[in-house]
Amino acid sequence: MLSDKDRIFTNVYGFQDWGLKAAQARGDWDDTKALLARGPDAIVEEMKASGLRGRGGAGFPTGLKWSFMPKESRDGRPSFLVINADESEPGSCKDREILRHDPHKLVEGALVAGFAMRARAAYIYVRGEYIREAEVLQAAIHQAYEAGLIGKNACGSGYDFDVFMHRGAGAYICGEETAMIESLEGKKGQPRLKPPFPAGAGLYGCPTTVNNVESIAVAPTILRRGAAWFSSFGRENNKGTKLFQISGHVEKPCVVEESMSISFEELIEKHCGGIRGGWGNLLAVIPGGSSVPLVPAAQIRNAPMDFDGLKELGSGLGTAAVIVMDKSTDIVRAISRLSYFYKHESCGQCTPCREGTGWMWRMMERLRTGDAAIEEIDMLHEVTKQVEGHTICALGDAAAWPIQGLIRHFRPELERRINEHNAQFAEAAE
Amino acid sequence: MPKVTVDGQEIEVPAGATVLQACELAGKEIPRFCYHERLSIAGNCRMCLVEVKPGPPKPQASCALPAADGQEIRTDSPMVKKAREGVMEFLLINHPLDCPICDQGGECDLQDQAVAYGRGGSRFDENKRAVTEKYMGPLIKTIMTRCIHCTRCVRFSEEIAGVDEIGALYRGEDMQITTYLEQAAAHELSANVIDLCPVGALTSRPYAFEARPWELKKTLSIDVSDAVGANITLHSKGREVMRALPRINDDVNEEWLSDKGRYQVDGLTKRRLDRVWVRRDGKLQPAEWTEAFGMIAGALEGDKGSIAAVAGDLLDAETMFAAKALVNACGSNLTEARQTGMTYDVSKLAAVNFNSTFAGIETADAILIIGSNVRWDAALLNVRLRKAVKAGAKVYIIGPEWDPTYPATFLGSDLKILNRIPKELGDVMKSAQRPAVILGAAGLAKGVLAATLKLVDKFGLVRDGWNGFNVLHISAARMASLMLDFTAPGGMGEIAAASPKVLLSLGADEMDYGAFGSSLKVYIGHHGDKGAHHADIILPGASYAEKDGTYVNTEGRVQFAEKAVFAPGDAREDWTILRALADALGVTVGFDSFAALQAKMIAAVPALGEEGLADYGALPKPDSGAKFEGEIAGYPIKDFYLTNPIARASEVMQRCSDELLHGADVKEAAE
Repeated sequence: MLSDKDRIFTNVYGFQDWGLKAAQARGDWDDTKALLARGPDAIVEEMKASGLRGRGGAGFPTGLKWSFMPKESRDGRPSFLVINADESEPGSCKDREILRHDPHKLVEGALVAGFAMRARAAYIYVRGEYIREAEVLQAAIHQAYEAGLIGKNACGSGYDFDVFMHRGAGAYICGEETAMIESLEGKKGQPRLKPPFPAGAGLYGCPTTVNNVESIAVAPTILRRGAAWFSSFGRENNKGTKLFQISGHVEKPCVVEESMSISFEELIEKHCGGIRGGWGNLLAVIPGGSSVPLVPAAQIRNAPMDFDGLKELGSGLGTAAVIVMDKSTDIVRAISRLSYFYKHESCGQCTPCREGTGWMWRMMERLRTGDAAIEEIDMLHEVTKQVEGHTICALGDAAAWPIQGLIRHFRPELERRINEHNAQFAEAAE
Repeated sequence: MPKVTVDGQEIEVPAGATVLQACELAGKEIPRFCYHERLSIAGNCRMCLVEVKPGPPKPQASCALPAADGQEIRTDSPMVKKAREGVMEFLLINHPLDCPICDQGGECDLQDQAVAYGRGGSRFDENKRAVTEKYMGPLIKTIMTRCIHCTRCVRFSEEIAGVDEIGALYRGEDMQITTYLEQAAAHELSANVIDLCPVGALTSRPYAFEARPWELKKTLSIDVSDAVGANITLHSKGREVMRALPRINDDVNEEWLSDKGRYQVDGLTKRRLDRVWVRRDGKLQPAEWTEAFGMIAGALEGDKGSIAAVAGDLLDAETMFAAKALVNACGSNLTEARQTGMTYDVSKLAAVNFNSTFAGIETADAILIIGSNVRWDAALLNVRLRKAVKAGAKVYIIGPEWDPTYPATFLGSDLKILNRIPKELGDVMKSAQRPAVILGAAGLAKGVLAATLKLVDKFGLVRDGWNGFNVLHISAARMASLMLDFTAPGGMGEIAAASPKVLLSLGADEMDYGAFGSSLKVYIGHHGDKGAHHADIILPGASYAEKDGTYVNTEGRVQFAEKAVFAPGDAREDWTILRALADALGVTVGFDSFAALQAKMIAAVPALGEEGLADYGALPKPDSGAKFEGEIAGYPIKDFYLTNPIARASEVMQRCSDELLHGADVKEAAE
């Protein structure tokens, strides 16, 4: 279990004030000038050495991502940092805690990260529904400006850096990095084709890096305490600490910072008071937010909660939004509800996702009641395969995976429902 | 030049090419819906998926992927076949499959590609989506349930037309393409989205349920609605022209066509002059050809030379040559084509020509427009200017303000400003690599051609491989008439002053007939328009669709049009009327067939015999005394949709004018 002294987010529960004074007492903004004085390249190297992988779900090494940004502007274009606070993944609620209880970690991280990638400004794109959170963040940005921590000559470092808060309008797809850039530019939030990648041409056609809130917020602490400290947690290639968000059928759902690679059992027992009704009552777990396939109870119990460990189980860490489902769950209905979510949130730009998500949801609804034929399970699986990997962004994959996970692990349940349903009408048909 | 392998065949592709282009170079067909050569890449239909190594182990959208050295591309692998079948299935699940009642049937990309790349049956067992229809104006009919969301129409409006009119609302499977607040699409190129639409979502409203593509006869023709000379195909069924579609010609119209050129064709069957009329007792009454010819011969009795000819805006070169031959044979040289009374100097044709060419003007980096509302004068030229601006050109305009769809600086409508060039304009023009001046019809009418020629030296418009001096005409017949020397130095004034006993009006509907009170006015034309109202004798002629002919556009580009249908009733091809009239007048014109007429014309003006740009030589030396004077109070075209007799007879053009320009209520509601 992670000891308190190693926690980065020391006010994640909001027991203390979020304001600048209290944040400084917790160690934020502590001689940020000295951090910046190390120079951009040293910061990027330190981040690379820390082994931090992006906390937004894909797990791309953060330091490596920063290093893709141009070292100098050849054509006068500025660089930008965009921070993804459009946390809309069902199950995820970590960014929210950072925004409302520890906003200065994020603002300081924006400055440090922006400085490291030689960005002119940071845009924090906050989910539309996070109204109070956006207010707190905006107030924190004001405080930082007034204290001279950002803006002209930020922290007395001689570096000019602006931070802007931008509120979204409630579209899940705007959490996709290029759709977020489109939305920031005032357009309809639809993902762009890649290449060009944002690091080449992103916001307003300028080099841009899009990072998750958590990835940015942990950066100053990593720099202060050193890459070696951060990489002392977790398994190889899965270093550091992570905010886990456990929801569903546990005794005490919570958001908790833990070291990576903690086993699922330990996470649940230590922080959540165990599974409702005991381990025997566990049905399945969605370990990384709605877009990763579920893992049945038998496989998850001892699994290490990290990127590679969950990948081996055919799932993923995602945002570490752990959704626990016990045996009272109508698992088909649960996945069907997720399908509805993706149908509702598909941007409609490219064909497989636009047409496929609706089709998948409608079939899932029929499978829920068993109003289908056995062959349709295979057909549905094939449809998910026709969506997966054929779309512009990853939303198509995200819509396909939960259904694939369901079919992989719960096919007998699906068949049982179909057989029971059709048995009612067997007589009539004869 | 990257080298790639397409299905095992190694080819070299130009730098910057996409994988799709590479496959096409290798002779492979790549199905696509959203991709279009002239629009930005959207990559959203996902139909063009191919397998590319190196790369992720999933199919890639070839339209958006740059071809890189050493790529191994497969268009025939099982993965590609499966991907195409999958995307096609998705496109069809919510498509109504109402091909039997769809106007796109027979020329539908979705239909064709479903046959070629689809799986042959549907597994979709749910209800299909239905989408409410959107009103897009009198030209575009929508059945949005058929839409596959390729966004070609959205991109055309934004990028080519420069009007943010069409966009997408909502998201996911509820996404709908619509115009802003469901207003009509009101620009001059709106109907091009009908051609772009790969399915039957946007179809032609006037042509709805009229014909199937396979029953139509296609004839290559030239648009006469303006001086651009857009290349078109006339589609006819029996004796009626059903529709006009653009042909691809990168030098002229790319693949677009103005709404007027496209939709005035319904005017070809309305208000037609289909028999001979003569005025008796102040009223036009039906008559026979011999009687009409007799009256004309009678009027010229004893003074054969007292005859003049005025040419209208829609004429082909052959008709003008025949008319000139007749007038000359009678001993007169009174011919004029500039029927509105302009008198600019035509001794050097280079001075009244669009020398940069349309394709060339795209590369200009500073453009001064004097007296032209380009959107209405030559809608397709505005597309080119827009491209030039996108590439960084600066545009200055003298004349009343209009919306150019690109950033431009209006310098007021006082021409005198050019006698002392404003500093900003002078700096921009002088520092430009390829400066251009476009003198429009309103400027020509003000008589500033000579003064504008002075700008050639001032701005250095003519350089190595570049001629930036341009005159933009608005009449399809203009350049041909100038090449045939169908003009009098004094213009219409000179013709009127001669008060000829017989005035032959060849479809001249914009001229002032009041000046010819004592003349016997013979109207040879095809529509009962202004000219016919003033005529004493009407001899029914043929429209551009009903005769072979040569046209020269404002660039000096000689183009041939073919006869699509026969003229109605007693109407004859114009040259046969003039030939018969020659017999009645007892003169010889030297041709008995169209071929002979054409040969004689080409002998007289060899450039008219060769398709392509005519060579007009160098620009004349400017007259140093010329000065800019006057003010451009307005542009000659007052109503884009009603500029010629065919358009004025067209119900569709009338409706466009009422609804799009004069804000009349949508007529549909009244029905």
